[in-house]
Amino acid sequence: MSEYVVELRNATKRFPGVVALKNMQLAVKPGEILGLIGENGAGKSTLIKVLTGVHKADEGEIYVNGEKKEFNNPNDSAAAGIACVYQELNIEKLLSVTDNIFINKWQKKGMLLDYDAMNKKAKEVMASLGQDVDPTKQAGTFGMGVQQMIEIAKAVLIDAKMIIMDEPTSSLGEKEVEQLMKTCRELKSRGIGIVFVSHKLEELFELCDRVTVIRDGEYIDTRDIKDWNNDSLITAMVGRTLENQFPKEFGVKGGAALRVEHLEEGGVLRDVSFEAYRGQILGFAGLVGAGRTETMRAIFGADPLDGGKIFIDGKEVKIKSPRDAIAHGIAFLTEDRKGQGLVLMQTIRTNLILSSFKKHSKGIFLDEKKIEETGQGHIQSLRIKTPSIDEIVGQLSGGNQQKVVIGKWVNTDAEIFIFDEPTRGIDVGAKVEVYNVMNSLVKAGKCVIMISSEMPEILGMSDRVIVMRGGRVMADVERDSKHFNQEDLMKAAWGGTLDD
Amino acid sequence: MTKKKFGASLGVSLGTVAALVVMCVVLSIMNPNFYSFNNIMGIFKQTSFNALLATGMLLCLITAGIDLSVGANAVFCACVMGMMVKAGMTNGIIMLIVAIVAGGLVGTINGLLLTRLHLPHPFVSTLGMKNVLWGAALIVTGSQMVNNFPESVQWLGKETIGGFPVSFIVVLVIYVVMHIFLSRTALGRSIYCAGGNMEATRLSGINAANVLTFCYALSGVMAALGGIVSVGRSGICNGANATQPYDTDAIAACIIGGASFNGGKGTMAGTMVGALIIAVLRNGFTLLSISSAVQNVVLGLVIIGAVLMDVTRQAMEAKKRRLAAK
Repeated sequence: MSEYVVELRNATKRFPGVVALKNMQLAVKPGEILGLIGENGAGKSTLIKVLTGVHKADEGEIYVNGEKKEFNNPNDSAAAGIACVYQELNIEKLLSVTDNIFINKWQKKGMLLDYDAMNKKAKEVMASLGQDVDPTKQAGTFGMGVQQMIEIAKAVLIDAKMIIMDEPTSSLGEKEVEQLMKTCRELKSRGIGIVFVSHKLEELFELCDRVTVIRDGEYIDTRDIKDWNNDSLITAMVGRTLENQFPKEFGVKGGAALRVEHLEEGGVLRDVSFEAYRGQILGFAGLVGAGRTETMRAIFGADPLDGGKIFIDGKEVKIKSPRDAIAHGIAFLTEDRKGQGLVLMQTIRTNLILSSFKKHSKGIFLDEKKIEETGQGHIQSLRIKTPSIDEIVGQLSGGNQQKVVIGKWVNTDAEIFIFDEPTRGIDVGAKVEVYNVMNSLVKAGKCVIMISSEMPEILGMSDRVIVMRGGRVMADVERDSKHFNQEDLMKAAWGGTLDD
Repeated sequence: MTKKKFGASLGVSLGTVAALVVMCVVLSIMNPNFYSFNNIMGIFKQTSFNALLATGMLLCLITAGIDLSVGANAVFCACVMGMMVKAGMTNGIIMLIVAIVAGGLVGTINGLLLTRLHLPHPFVSTLGMKNVLWGAALIVTGSQMVNNFPESVQWLGKETIGGFPVSFIVVLVIYVVMHIFLSRTALGRSIYCAGGNMEATRLSGINAANVLTFCYALSGVMAALGGIVSVGRSGICNGANATQPYDTDAIAACIIGGASFNGGKGTMAGTMVGALIIAVLRNGFTLLSISSAVQNVVLGLVIIGAVLMDVTRQAMEAKKRRLAAK
């Protein structure tokens, strides 16, 4: 009997023109949580797809409990006891929890589906994962955390020996992450091996027994968690030492580019007032659902306000649509890059000018020469990795897509830049490049607002932090304040008050 | 510029052009009358009507919508002119203006229903509009066919220059203008972006609702032009024609030409080739004396085939993207 429940040896996978995996290794022990980390494009997705039978490796072997297996399709992999919870959940929102869990594995009584038995079993399985839910309710009525548990329940139900979780925490709130970690430990105690893919280092340190690092489709290293630290993980991942994870630079504080007073939006925003200055990054901290994104959407004219005033450079303005906001020099990089930031099926060229058609037109015609010029400029200054400006944006990696969105907003010559979770789901190297864009903006005297759910990022990059909770501003903390630390900001985010 | 690059830059796939050429060759072999001058000109004449409807349809399809009222709108606009003839009016120019305004108005209503009243999908509103227009066309003409249109109204659909139909020349001009509009102006580019991702387009400061409304309004104007052409070609207007499958022919032309029901795609050049394919097909059936019942069956299958092609094409492109993204 092998030490490992699943072991992948020397896997190589080639796609036309690229080697996606080269001598890849991955070994998971029963009852352990193995962290898997690598920059975007490092080969994580391909690795997962080889393990789940979606892709067949050109070379290499897969062993399950020491027995050599061949996966020709996802069914083979599932039969061998490998399950995967993908980042994009496969939940049928209109079907019940039970239907989702038993999809394709229906229990029958004669010709008919045996819902009594299935509901009972579904409730049991969900309860064992710490979720006390009514399994007859529609899956879509539950939050992301529960929906994810439904996916995990599916894996438990097929007696999975190994469960791969592909960035499971990226769409979860703080509490849900905690519950997920608890569930992972529970699964671990049942002897199930877990591969935990994450971009968040602190999660790996909290949860994992060992961590495997891959880079450019190659296996780099696996160590026990105690033998890793932040720096060594990052170094292994990017293949070079990153001088500073947060290359904070300071601008010169100017006037209040943006001031809002008493913003109200039906139950979502309550009396929100704040100022944001030129030459500074104003961080917005808080839990998911605290009203930070809603505040910015309202200021940007994406959602209607019920009350309140907006001042730009001291002058009151009426903003009724994103178009008005852009005309007033506001740029808004949304948190949902694919859904709200980009037209994925269009080219880089088109996406870059999406907010600045006028600037890139000569008369009624688009000025392709100018578009090409500014576009190439952005590709170089933002270091967008692409073969050409006419590449379809959907084909770029997350980090490069984010840079295209940034380029789109820089093109508008805005004075106020609102970045909503600007580094979500992008790799460490690209993160630093995004930070540097923010640095250069504040140094040029622009006003930057950054919403982030990553405390280290908030602390690393902000000149000032506003903490929100339940649609209200809870705290306003300067960088040199004694409250400018993780504990105090979290306290405010959870509803505590900070003394002066 | 090589020939292939030229085709690609216009946005028409070689496969579609090849299909058209093969059809023409086969029909020429089966019936030598096919390549007679008169027959070719007849095909162009037939193409005009559908090509006009397809212009508006294409814009709507690019925005991930659809306009199922184009056929009924064309018939309605023709009948509005018929109503004026019945009322004793003889000024053709006023009739033309009224028809175009009526068509544009209907299209604008379609657009406003979608963007201001937020009906879930233009499928619903334009399908409803189709029935409204069918009924309205019968009402304004008292359910009678009308003839005796003034020459100026019939000119566009009837006149030829050296045998070459004026209507088709006008269609070609419209297609060239629309091609430039779609590929080289900000509004044109916005139409593709709104179809690709409505929300991202709105949040980029483009008034996506107005962009969509524009597409449906233009579709209405094109339908009115189609109605005018049809009056010139047949000399009559007939409200009962509103139920003819004109919309499906227009959709087929767009889809065959590379548009997609998912929006964001489609070109004028491709749509022209698609419209020609439909016209050649219908013409071929007539030459080979195939009954209209069979024609309907085959054309229905062609449309299903075209959608199937679109789906397959998307699956292949998605696969290519996945491979390229690795």
